[in-house]
Amino acid sequence: MNTTLLLVQALNGLQFGVLLFLVAAGLTLVFGVMDFINLAHGVQYMVGAYLGATLAAMTGSFWLGLVLALPAALAFGLLLEWLVFRHLYARDHLSQVLATFGVILFLNQGVKAVFGAAPLQMPVPEALSGGVRIMEGLLYPTYRLAILAAGLLTAGLLWFLVERTRAGMLVRAGASNAPMLGALGVDVNRLFMLVFGFGAMLAGFAGVMAAPILSVEPGMGDNLLILAFVVIVIGGIGSVRGAFIAALLVGLVETIGRAMLPDLMRLFLDPSAARQTGAALASMLVYVVMAVILAVRPAGLFPVRR
Amino acid sequence: MASLPLLTRRATLGAGAALLATPALAQGGAPIKVGLVAVLTGPQAALGTQLRDGWTLGLRHLNTQLGGRPVETLVIDDELRPDVAVTKVRAALERDRVDFVVGVVFSNILQAIMRPVTEANTFLISTNAGPSTFAGRGCNPYFFTTSYNNDQVHSVMGQAAQDEGYRRVFLMTPNYQAGRDAMAGFKSRFRGEVVDEVYVPLNQLDFSAELARIASTRPDALFTFMPGGLGVNLVRQYRQAGLANIPFLSTFTVDEATLPAQGEAALGFFAGANWAPNMDNEPNKRFVREFEAAFNYVPATYAAQSYDAANLLDSAVRRVNGNLSNKGALRQALEAADFQSVRGGFRFGTNHYPVQDFWLCRVARRTDGKFQTETVRRVLEANVDPWAGECRMPARL
Repeated sequence: MNTTLLLVQALNGLQFGVLLFLVAAGLTLVFGVMDFINLAHGVQYMVGAYLGATLAAMTGSFWLGLVLALPAALAFGLLLEWLVFRHLYARDHLSQVLATFGVILFLNQGVKAVFGAAPLQMPVPEALSGGVRIMEGLLYPTYRLAILAAGLLTAGLLWFLVERTRAGMLVRAGASNAPMLGALGVDVNRLFMLVFGFGAMLAGFAGVMAAPILSVEPGMGDNLLILAFVVIVIGGIGSVRGAFIAALLVGLVETIGRAMLPDLMRLFLDPSAARQTGAALASMLVYVVMAVILAVRPAGLFPVRR
Repeated sequence: MASLPLLTRRATLGAGAALLATPALAQGGAPIKVGLVAVLTGPQAALGTQLRDGWTLGLRHLNTQLGGRPVETLVIDDELRPDVAVTKVRAALERDRVDFVVGVVFSNILQAIMRPVTEANTFLISTNAGPSTFAGRGCNPYFFTTSYNNDQVHSVMGQAAQDEGYRRVFLMTPNYQAGRDAMAGFKSRFRGEVVDEVYVPLNQLDFSAELARIASTRPDALFTFMPGGLGVNLVRQYRQAGLANIPFLSTFTVDEATLPAQGEAALGFFAGANWAPNMDNEPNKRFVREFEAAFNYVPATYAAQSYDAANLLDSAVRRVNGNLSNKGALRQALEAADFQSVRGGFRFGTNHYPVQDFWLCRVARRTDGKFQTETVRRVLEANVDPWAGECRMPARL
């Protein structure tokens, strides 16, 4: 494999990692601050994609779709919080897992009932439809560069919000010790609601951004949710910085592993066996990396101090 | 034994059903019951919906009758889970006493319900899944399919690549049995060089790593099998990466079930199939026209093959004058396949798989803006699947 191809694969990995970060950021905030396991985070990503695709089709513009989908995703997240999640904060993790899993089933079936089972299409916006030639015969779509930029901007914005604002300070304080924060006179439930709504909006944003390159279909969030959990566990639960580093790491490991392992296996095995074991190993690689990191640092790369 | 109480209960139920049925029989019109198995929930539900709607339209054109007898359809959602499918199909056989089981999108579901259905001496008509297992040594007198043997469709693309004179082809499929079968099927007729074989996980979302690899090897064509959402992602990303100048040969990747989501990105991409909506014969024109009027989307092969199954059953029941108790006669009536298929000619081989033509199809935009696959040319004529020779079909039931 030559250097150009390797660089291209690294770029692909980074871009996938940034997309993962957008989903994982909301998850880590909710999990870290509220100690609440929200398996339904993946379906919020799906709802965002559906809202974006529908609103874009109705208004005829990607940008209007994106701008309108964000408040809609926020409102939907707050509605879910009010209807379901609010009643689970005081319960143990098992109840949370069961209830939020129920929300997954309900919403996956719900979007099917409303939008039909066939995947939807969301076109790439006109301004970003081209591509940059990065190697012989391969265009790097401008839209993917836009995802990269949007993800990095979001990461910067989140860093600023969490580290440099009063609301962010409260969020960090909540992540370390919520009861103490409550005792100091902060309305923790209100804080939780805001964090939750913000997390839902981030997931929705990721969904809209992913819609033009991935298929918008029922259950589309389920695969991504597993990777998002891997990301927040590697990064340290509750840490936005950790989620960012871990998301890029997972994206790179996923992509480069898939690209290189089959070739690597060919050194030991005959070609057809190498291809199949290489492919199988590549899909395991992320979890192997997670296991190794957790063995060395059980609380993740950037644990939140308690 | 645990089965004893069940048997007793079944016998009681049966006696009850017989008592209830007597007045209806006296009027000469007890409804024929058909269990329609399709995946209607989960990510692949779009395919099951196609299959069900094709069957529904078939019955509508037959005035909800099969061979002059009223028909009642029991829709069974297999949830794409073999255990669920077996439980529900057993219930349909034992409690509802269905006369036929029809449908099934995925091969693993078919393999799960094969024995329960055929061992109950009930005819099973697959309208999509066509695994090799039941085409060769495992062929069964109670099993028919109106679709194809999976290997045939992949080999069509191998033959097409060979005919087009492609010398170097890049293969990419998901890493599971059907994916490996697809590669084998393609290679069975392609004589050129396979540049690389890439297997991806079934839940792959982003193909950018593979696309970079394809670009770096610069093949004459790509052959791929990426069903459902996988195909939607691949097709759009392939187009966005500027690779569309490399011919895209595929099976079960661009069809009317996925084209609404792929849209323009799939224009000009190739598929192998036994049927396409533009086929020029009267039954097909009526089928496509009225299907779209009824369900407001373009039918795919799943729908066409189910529509054919309704007409097949109609012809068979008519041939035995509505008498379903003589299984031997019913089997012969099914084997005769005396109906007008939407794909033109239709006949069964000795293993009850169709002997039919296969086509190279290309995605095109219709004048109304919708997308569909259209036939380019006939690749294989009256093709018998590669397993038929191994089938020793019993002459008597």
